[in-house]
Amino acid sequence: MKLVTIAGAPSAGKTAVTLHLIRQLDKDGKRSAAVKFDTLGTTDDQIYRERLGIPAIQGLSDYLCPDHYFVSNLEEACAWGKKQEVDFLFVETAGLCYRCAPHVKGVPAITIIDNLGGMEAPRKMGPALILADVVVVTKSDIVSQAEKEVFAHRISQVNKTARIVHVNGLTGTGVLHLRRISETWPEANALEGLSLRYSMPASICSYCTGETRIGKRFQSGNVEKLLLEENAA
Amino acid sequence: MIIETVTILAGHDKQGNPEPSERVDLRPGDSLALVGPTGSGKSELLSDIEQAACGDTRSGRTILINGEPLTKAPSGMVATLSQKTNFVMDASVEQFILLHAESKGRDGGSLMAPLMKMTNSLCGESVSQEMSLQVLSGGQSRALMIADIALLSDTPIVLIDEVENAGIHKFKALEVLAGHNKIVISATHDPVLILMNNTRLVMRNGAMTALLYATKNERRHAENLKHMDDILMRAREDLRMGRTLEMQEET
Ligand SMILES: Nc1ncnc2c1ncn2[C@@H]1O[C@H](COP(=O)(O)OP(=O)(O)OP(=O)(O)O)[C@@H](O)[C@H]1O
Ligand SMILES: Nc1nc2c(ncn2[C@@H]2O[C@H](COP(=O)(O)OP(=O)(O)O)[C@@H](O)[C@H]2O)c(=O)[nH]1
Ligand SMILES: [Mg+2]
Ligand SMILES: [Mg+2]
Repeated sequence: MKLVTIAGAPSAGKTAVTLHLIRQLDKDGKRSAAVKFDTLGTTDDQIYRERLGIPAIQGLSDYLCPDHYFVSNLEEACAWGKKQEVDFLFVETAGLCYRCAPHVKGVPAITIIDNLGGMEAPRKMGPALILADVVVVTKSDIVSQAEKEVFAHRISQVNKTARIVHVNGLTGTGVLHLRRISETWPEANALEGLSLRYSMPASICSYCTGETRIGKRFQSGNVEKLLLEENAA
Repeated sequence: MIIETVTILAGHDKQGNPEPSERVDLRPGDSLALVGPTGSGKSELLSDIEQAACGDTRSGRTILINGEPLTKAPSGMVATLSQKTNFVMDASVEQFILLHAESKGRDGGSLMAPLMKMTNSLCGESVSQEMSLQVLSGGQSRALMIADIALLSDTPIVLIDEVENAGIHKFKALEVLAGHNKIVISATHDPVLILMNNTRLVMRNGAMTALLYATKNERRHAENLKHMDDILMRAREDLRMGRTLEMQEET
């Protein structure tokens, strides 16, 4: 089984692109399953099941940090995938903040970004974009050729090694390139001992444990303040 | 990569029967019109070319570049233009051109004048450098996009999906693109535009069914149609501008 992590902002087209890729793989007789990590709720797993009839589950981080929840459950998700006896397991993530990336060294990593976020978007996106193996750009059907080219150039400036692939999430045009790339992906071995491509932040303050009130009195643990003069005094 | 030929090798129609036209060869400067009723597979063929299909799309077609299938992602080979394309950037025309040139490692300053000139030769209402992309009309945007593809995008292939209603000088647009040694393939329902192409591929039921070359007679016909089209355009322009048709000579 090949394991793939898929990251990207909400509505970038992660599910749309993954659906098209899975259909392509299915034509070659390759079976897939999907796991959706999200924060409070998602219907993506249902979409995978209903549209494609493939096994799919969801994991919701709820009150936990979504990044930490994701990495704490990746091994379990992978074990579930192996039980489904599939050739590909796609792990779609949402709700991870731009501070982090769900990508793991040695596990093929796709980040999906659309053309609509503005020309600065690639620079703002952080490790999820910088450390991806493949960057899929969506929604090129509604922007000019020039904007599409400038956007791709900006991506290549922050991630010099990634393959940049344009996919139309509505029609699936471009997904062939992804399918061709998928042939080069390695089989997933045991995940234990592998490392995240980018470390996750220490998040051990009172708000992590459910505190909602604002004010110094309610803050404990790992708390840092803005470097303003008043605070320095 | 220098492109000498692009070849479309046939696949099958919607029912899986082999396509009647077995291959289509195109060279830089060629323009091909895709004609056929709604749902006949024009956009599908454009998509096959965009992805450099290797027998792995719905139609089973294979696209050869210089006689070889493309194994790697052919990024930078194809520019696309369709009815749906818009500018989403918040910038002036000038900033836009400079930004695009920069991403191509080219000097935008020296390209500015020719690009503006070409843009303005393609549309009725003139476009200036200071204008915001967001105030451009449909026709103005399309004209700028075409001039930009001709002069700045270095893609050897241009795919156009139904832009005839955009209010631009469509024949000139075709001339400009093919004149810059591009291979231009357009899906269109416009009779004059169809005849402006040196060849046309008839699509039916998802298949390439015939490759037709404009005959001498048809060329003569095209001139007539073009003339009629001009009259129609002028009348449209006059009426839109609030003028009457009294001043127009009858033809
Ligand atoms: N060779 C083929 N095999 C299987 N399906 C095909 C084939 N060609 C086209 N189709 C399918 O037929 C449908 C209609 O095709 P398409 O959208 O390309 O038509 P069109 O000629 O562009 O129509 P319009 O003029 O309305 O834009 C699409 O769903 C397309 O995927
Ligand atoms: N026009 C256009 N819409 C797209 C494209 N890709 C995705 N979408 C639409 O964007 C919306 C969000 O897509 P989805 O796959 O749910 O995003 P996700 O949240 O990243 O999984 C859906 O309505 C898609 O149909 C594209 O390439 N072009
Ligand atoms: Mg999704
Ligand atoms: Mg179409």
